[in-house]
Formats: sequence, C-alpha cells, structure tokens
Amino acid sequence: MGISISNISKSYKNVKTLHDISFDVKPNELFGLIGPDGAGKTTLFRILTTLLFPDEGTATVAGFDVVGDYKEIRKNVGYMPGRFSLYQDLTVEENLNFFATIFGTTIDENYDLIKDIYVQIEPFKDRRAGKLSGGMKQKLALSCALIHKPKVLFLDEPTTGVDPVSRKEFWEMLKRLQQKGITILVSTPYMDEAALCDRVALIQDGNIMEIDTPEAIVKHYPKPIYNVRAHNMYQLITSLKDYEFNHSVYPFGEFVHYTDSRTDFKPMELQHYLESKNLKNIEIHETDATIEDTFMELAK
Amino acid sequence: MKNNKVIQVEGLTKMFGDFTAVDAITFDVKKGEIFGFLGANGAGKTTAIKMLIGISNPTSGKATVAGFDVLTNPNDIKRNIGYMSQRFALYDDLTVKENITFFGGIYGLSRKRIKEKSEALIEELGLENVASQLVGSLPLGWKQKLSFSVSLIHDPKIVFLDEPTGGVDPITRRQFWEMIYKAANQGTTVFVTTHYMDEAEYCDRVSIMVDGRIEALDTPKKLKEQFQAESMNDVFLKLARG
Repeated sequence: MGISISNISKSYKNVKTLHDISFDVKPNELFGLIGPDGAGKTTLFRILTTLLFPDEGTATVAGFDVVGDYKEIRKNVGYMPGRFSLYQDLTVEENLNFFATIFGTTIDENYDLIKDIYVQIEPFKDRRAGKLSGGMKQKLALSCALIHKPKVLFLDEPTTGVDPVSRKEFWEMLKRLQQKGITILVSTPYMDEAALCDRVALIQDGNIMEIDTPEAIVKHYPKPIYNVRAHNMYQLITSLKDYEFNHSVYPFGEFVHYTDSRTDFKPMELQHYLESKNLKNIEIHETDATIEDTFMELAK
Repeated sequence: MKNNKVIQVEGLTKMFGDFTAVDAITFDVKKGEIFGFLGANGAGKTTAIKMLIGISNPTSGKATVAGFDVLTNPNDIKRNIGYMSQRFALYDDLTVKENITFFGGIYGLSRKRIKEKSEALIEELGLENVASQLVGSLPLGWKQKLSFSVSLIHDPKIVFLDEPTGGVDPITRRQFWEMIYKAANQGTTVFVTTHYMDEAEYCDRVSIMVDGRIEALDTPKKLKEQFQAESMNDVFLKLARG
C-alpha cells in the first residue's frame, strides 16, 4: 500500500522538470522529499495524485496505476497542495463537510482520525476559511485531506513559511498519523526536517541525488568537516574562500563549515593562515556533517 | 545623526479595534548591525515592520528610522531605506536591466548613475548572459540575489528584508547571507526576518516577538546562555511555546 515510482520523466515546453525518477515508498513509511523551490517536487506530487500525466515512466500508489486506475487513486489518497486550496468563503465546518460529502462519507464517521487536529480549530468552526491565521488554515487543510481516511497522504511543503513552533507541532501530528497506519509522502525545503522522516530523497533540478535514511545520508559525507569561528564573520568567510586548499566554505549558524581539499589537512596550518589575515579569537574543531552539508556537496 | 542608532523605537503600539497587534515595543538598532526580527506567525512582526517603513501609522509610541520620525516624515524614511520581501521583489515581465533601471528611476538616480550601477551590479552577480532576459525566466535564487542588490541601488542606510530566503536552495541561501555580511560590513544596517533558525545565528542581535511584545533581545550567544539552550531553535521553542 505504498508508492512505487519507475523512470518518471516530465517536461514543460523545453524544460525538463523531472529526469528519470525512480524510488519506492514502503507501506506506512514517513518519506521526505527534500529540495528547494523549482526542484520538481510539486510536479512529482501532481503526477502521483493523477492530476498530471508523466511523459515517460510508470508509478503506482496504494497498488493502483497513476494513469489507468486514476479513479481508485483519488478515492484512496489525501492531497494537501502547497498553496492553500480550500474554499475561502466557506466556514471551517462547511469546508470539512464539503470534502466529506464529495468522498461519500461524514465528519462523524472518520472523526477519530482528525480529532487531534480538528479540536484545535473547532472553536472557530463558524469562521470563514479565508479569515483564518496561517497555522489554522494548515490544520484545516490537513483535516480536509484526511476526512475520507486515505491510505496514502501527500503533503506538498506543508511547513513552508511556517514558524518553528508550528512546524514542530505539525511534525508531531504527522508522526501520530503514521501510527494510525497511513503512508505519508511529504516535501519540504527545510533540510532540518529530513531528520524527522524514516527515509528521504534529496532532489534538485529534477534529479534525485540520494535516497536513504537521514542517519545514513550524513554518514556518507566524504570528508571531515571543521567548525571555524573568528571575531569577524565576513572577514572569516572571505579569507577561507581565498585559502588555496579550501574544498568548501559554508556559513552554518555561529560557525563556518570548512572542508579542505588535502587528505593530510592540519588545522594548525589553517589557524596560522587565518592569523596572518588578522583574524582574532580563532576556533577550529571537527564536527559532524548535517543533511544540508550532504545536500550542498551533492549539488556542487 | 550624531549617535549611531539608525532605528530607535519606544513604546511603539498598534491596535486594530480592541486587538493589540504590537504592544509597546522598545529597541534600538545600530549602524552596520545585522538585526534579526523573529517571532511566530501572527506575533506582530509584519505590523511592526509596516510602521517602521512608514506605511502604517502607530496607535501610540515613537519611532525614528534613519533619523526620521515614522509619524511625521514617512516619505523621508521611504527614500532612505531599502525593502525586499519574499512575496514582491521584482517585475517578472521586465528584463534584468529594465528592473534595475525602473527601481533606479523610482529612487531618483540620474541616468548616468543608473547606467554605472546597472553595469556594476550585473557584473557582481555574474548576470551578463541573462541581462536582457525576463526576470520571470530566472531561477528563484538568482531572482532573490538580484532583488537584494536592487533594494540597495540607492545606497540606503537601512535595508529591511522580510523572509528573503524562503524556499531557496541551501547554497544560494548562503551566498545570499554572504551578500548581507558584505553590505553590513560596508555600514548598511540590515533588519531581517526569517523562519530559518540557523540564520538567526548569523545576526549580531536578535529580538523575538511573542503576542505583540518583544520577549527577548540580545546576541544569539547571550540568548542561548539566558535560556540554557543549545541553539536558537531551542531558544525560540522555549520562548514561543511558553
């Protein structure tokens, strides 16, 4: 009851948005599609939810073919698009009722599934959807996507533009839905959210760069990474970029992540170089790679 | 300006009916500082920024931006600041060059100055090959970098950036921050909002708004000490979750 994707390609006019994409999402897996805007995430979602035909390749969702069995898929999946797509001039309750009726069910019948989420917006059930805050719209959209008890749930960038507190709450909701047996494919441009998935695919420019568990992906990072800090961030970045042995230089919070092109790199040499550039309070120590480091290394 | 405070805010308040969106906020921002203005969705950030850039009148309180009062001299403020938001940045159906010329003209730069600026900017961003292409055809990351450069075209004292990096790939996001560091290093004050908490760490100082009030304001390092948190993400979660 998962998802199986084989050699899917798709172009718009002359631009190829998906290049020969293949991967499987296991039944009941929480799978993340991680990549920036324009990577092809939405195109893939639209193909899997039967709203768009692939140019090449095949895919099945919950055992049904995305082209031949599109009617079955529509009954069995929930889809929350990136852009808020509910009826702005219907109330919260009217929206939910509408989607329940379309799928031949009632709010009561599947209330258990949405209860956790819906109770948070139930006090506003007579408010028009267009008048809700961003966080409440998101909860309503998720409730509507779940009301027919789908086997597979597609969430396209549900947390984009959402603050860290609401993002954390949203991911806690997803974990609870997974425990109820739903297979979830979720896309996000926030690399830190990859760690919350069972497995992830890193996608850029229509290509899947890597598929694995978040733990394995960071273990595959090919080089030691050093946290470097000094008294002036801008001077530090420009000096590191000028250093002839640098392999990569990326600001990471209060540090710069530095990798060296040599295999026998000695931090002391870098320390001396930075001192010669008049940098002060220099710190250099080895650190662990993150998903974002891996993504940037693969995208280079 | 005798002192080096380019933004001074005292008891700034905005009410909509009986709802207080911004509740008596007070803070200063120094010249050349990168100031992170954080808060949950609906905490009042956008309302506060609208008052600071002179497009919404405060209900009470005082603020000066680039030396001008937000209530009495909003038009002087608009001339002396740059502004870039995620939603509106550039005109998709104008070319790169046309956008630069348009915004240069809006800010009253001479033709000669616009030409100089335009050439320098296109070279710096490496956009020579696409200078005559419509902005709508460029990748998002390029657009955002161009948009930032255009917001600096009139050499403003302060630039306001409202979630400038949303959805951008991680490499471009970092190139964008390098541009921010450079501008700040040259003396431009940067006032920035973001939902990426690693970017909060890039700021010299950070304020966090909760329900219309500024509940914390300090360097990222001191905030982490104060809240006994590992990262700015933890600080944010502790504060905004209560």
